[in-house]
Amino acid sequence: MKKQILSGNEAVALGAFQAGVKVASAYPGTPSTEILQNFATYKDVYAEWAPNEKVALEVAIGSAMTGVRTLFTTKHVGLNVAADPLMTLAYTGIPGGLLIVCADDPGMHSSQNEQDNRFYAKFAKIPMLEPSDSQEALEMVEEGLLLSEKYDCPTMLRMTTRVCHSKSIVQIDAGNQAAVPVAEGFKRDLKKFVMIPAFAKLRHPLVLEREEKLEHVTETTAVNRIEWNDKKIGIITCGIAYQYVKEIMPDASILKLGMTFPLPKKKIKEFADKVERLFVVEELEPYIEDEIRIMGLAVEGKIFFPKLDELSPDIVATGFAKAGVLPYDLPPVQEKAPGGSMPRPPLLCAGCPHRGLLYSLNKMKAIVHGDIGCSTLSVLPPLQSIDTTLCMGASISMAHGTAKAMAIAGLEDKRPVFAAIGDSTFFHSGITSLMDVIYNKGNVNVLIMDNRITAMTGGQQNPGTGRTLQMEETYAVDILEIVRALGCKRVREIDPFDLEGTIAALKEEVAYDGPSVLVTKRPCVQLFRRDPQAVRTVDSDGCLGCKRCLKLGCPSISQGDIIPDDADKKERRYSNIDATTCYGCALCEQVCTSNAIVYVPQ
Amino acid sequence: MTRENNKKTVNVLVVGTGGQGVITASEILSDVAMRSGFDAKKSEIHGMSQRGGVVTSHVRYSENVASPIIMEGEADILLSFELSETVRWLHFLRPSGRVITSLQKIIPPAVYAGMGSYPEEAQTVIKQRTTDPIFVDALPMAEKLGNPRLVNTILLGIASAMLDLPVDEWKAVIAERVPANFKELNLVAFDKGRDIG
Repeated sequence: MKKQILSGNEAVALGAFQAGVKVASAYPGTPSTEILQNFATYKDVYAEWAPNEKVALEVAIGSAMTGVRTLFTTKHVGLNVAADPLMTLAYTGIPGGLLIVCADDPGMHSSQNEQDNRFYAKFAKIPMLEPSDSQEALEMVEEGLLLSEKYDCPTMLRMTTRVCHSKSIVQIDAGNQAAVPVAEGFKRDLKKFVMIPAFAKLRHPLVLEREEKLEHVTETTAVNRIEWNDKKIGIITCGIAYQYVKEIMPDASILKLGMTFPLPKKKIKEFADKVERLFVVEELEPYIEDEIRIMGLAVEGKIFFPKLDELSPDIVATGFAKAGVLPYDLPPVQEKAPGGSMPRPPLLCAGCPHRGLLYSLNKMKAIVHGDIGCSTLSVLPPLQSIDTTLCMGASISMAHGTAKAMAIAGLEDKRPVFAAIGDSTFFHSGITSLMDVIYNKGNVNVLIMDNRITAMTGGQQNPGTGRTLQMEETYAVDILEIVRALGCKRVREIDPFDLEGTIAALKEEVAYDGPSVLVTKRPCVQLFRRDPQAVRTVDSDGCLGCKRCLKLGCPSISQGDIIPDDADKKERRYSNIDATTCYGCALCEQVCTSNAIVYVPQ
Repeated sequence: MTRENNKKTVNVLVVGTGGQGVITASEILSDVAMRSGFDAKKSEIHGMSQRGGVVTSHVRYSENVASPIIMEGEADILLSFELSETVRWLHFLRPSGRVITSLQKIIPPAVYAGMGSYPEEAQTVIKQRTTDPIFVDALPMAEKLGNPRLVNTILLGIASAMLDLPVDEWKAVIAERVPANFKELNLVAFDKGRDIG
């Protein structure tokens, strides 16, 4: 037995390996990405990045149909993409254990919404487990697979950012190899696996029967446990909120729920009957609280603990103070120090290949439907180059809708309509959108930012990179060929580091009457940076302090000393380029009208 | 009455900007705490941090740690890689808490876009709000030692002098985590930091 400090994600990967999971599929998405990256490092397992979550789950289902233990991981919004297979999978079931790890992002640290995916388990009527730390995450993997096998349905392991990315101590038993059921291979079972209406009608009652059986399981499972203490206050909680409750209310009685679908109604009733005041502390929606209300019990929850954002020990303490039950004084509110609110938003890196295109789009005064990925970072000044970001792949279809509406409604608008999407996002769900544009004779200018990687999630391989998750060589999908095959013959590559060429290409496509695709092909600077680069510097004899270079929003460019000037003019400062971070993309040299930015020979 | 847990657990908040080494520093600290026999937890948000944004990492250790996040007003040490970030997180310190901060300033491009200004009075504010803050010109120090990345180890060395964790464990973890050819240099940097603390 060895102790190690692991993140929740690392613990799930280890748990899956120890439980004999053989196949895993996923699309990268914060905060879930590291699960598959870690799992792929174990011996004798198969793991893959699928182009999107629907594909990944279907791969997992096909695998589990053979009886092999299987893992599918996703971020919360990814389960929306995989919801179609999920809902019918809940009818068919699978012989092999199938664990769906769903990582929610309360607080939207890296997401476009903070939906509470616990409702998916209830919606599909599949068992759901919720760990509170890395040790539980590890143990619940096998627990989930056993439930999946016994009740012929997938199990959802619902994590949140704070459980995925927090590290805590895990006891690791290297010799602990679970007793894994022997996979019996694919067996034909038409009434189970072919969901034509006649057969699906036979399966739906089984789903309801299963729910009843699971209702018994949840009453007796060890992961739903009561920690009796002072009975004046009883708190029902789950996930990371349990840790905050332990921190803030160490003397209260707690019903800690590790299995949150179905909920253990008898246990809840038993607990509620014995405590004077009953609280529910849960992140996001009143998922547990509403069920308790339906049971007719008096309960307090969201009146004191917000539905918005993630919880924290401070928020939980404030909630209990409001309820009048905090057993000590709330610490005095800590005032923030003056000067501590300077914004420091994340930025496109120095040398980011997206910058040239996004800067050009800003100059075009266009309507730009953006997509998920690093390019969303350009929404803030100075680049401010995108108008929308909704979900994976939406840029192209939304641009098509905007253009069609403007045309049919006769809306007077001189702004051209663009869609800007990354390579991985295009493979994920942009292809079908582009098919729609061409099929329905749309007129949209599509920009595919091909940086040769899935960048925002930290650099994962994708179908266009020519490498698999394990870095094995494979066929690299050719974006130009796909675009042409969809029927868009007007497609070419441009270099986003060539500003004049990029702006000229954009203008050309606007002038052309019909759909077109421009592919900006340049690798992500974070992942492919090679030193030394052609570093630029500012020649102080030439710099006028006009700030044109600062409009690029490059982290390497700053303002330095005041430019000496006797005339009574506005204060101007020299621009300054940090040689240690400059990549040498030369965009600043191209925007400088006084030739003050020059190449420094190494 | 005040919170009892408040006193038992050691809380270190490590802050800085993306790419500075905040996560590595907190990994080392939590590993040292675990090897010294404590329960240890740490929490941070990855994702956007790589791209120059604000990075914070919470490290907590004691016999038994529940929350991986430090409460405002309960940090024992604020270990900072960047001066304005020290000011941003100052309210997390308890009244007796100590600041260890690098004097390095990283001005975000947002300032040039007119979205705010750099707190030029940072040192004064820190002195007014805390007792015996440690300001260290860690970047030039590290460069003099031979590598700017040694800032990390210098700052940890200073923190180690304030934390009751065995120095051998510190050195063992640092030696394990840095590339073999930088081991000696890192141990020198650690001792330099420890002397300051």
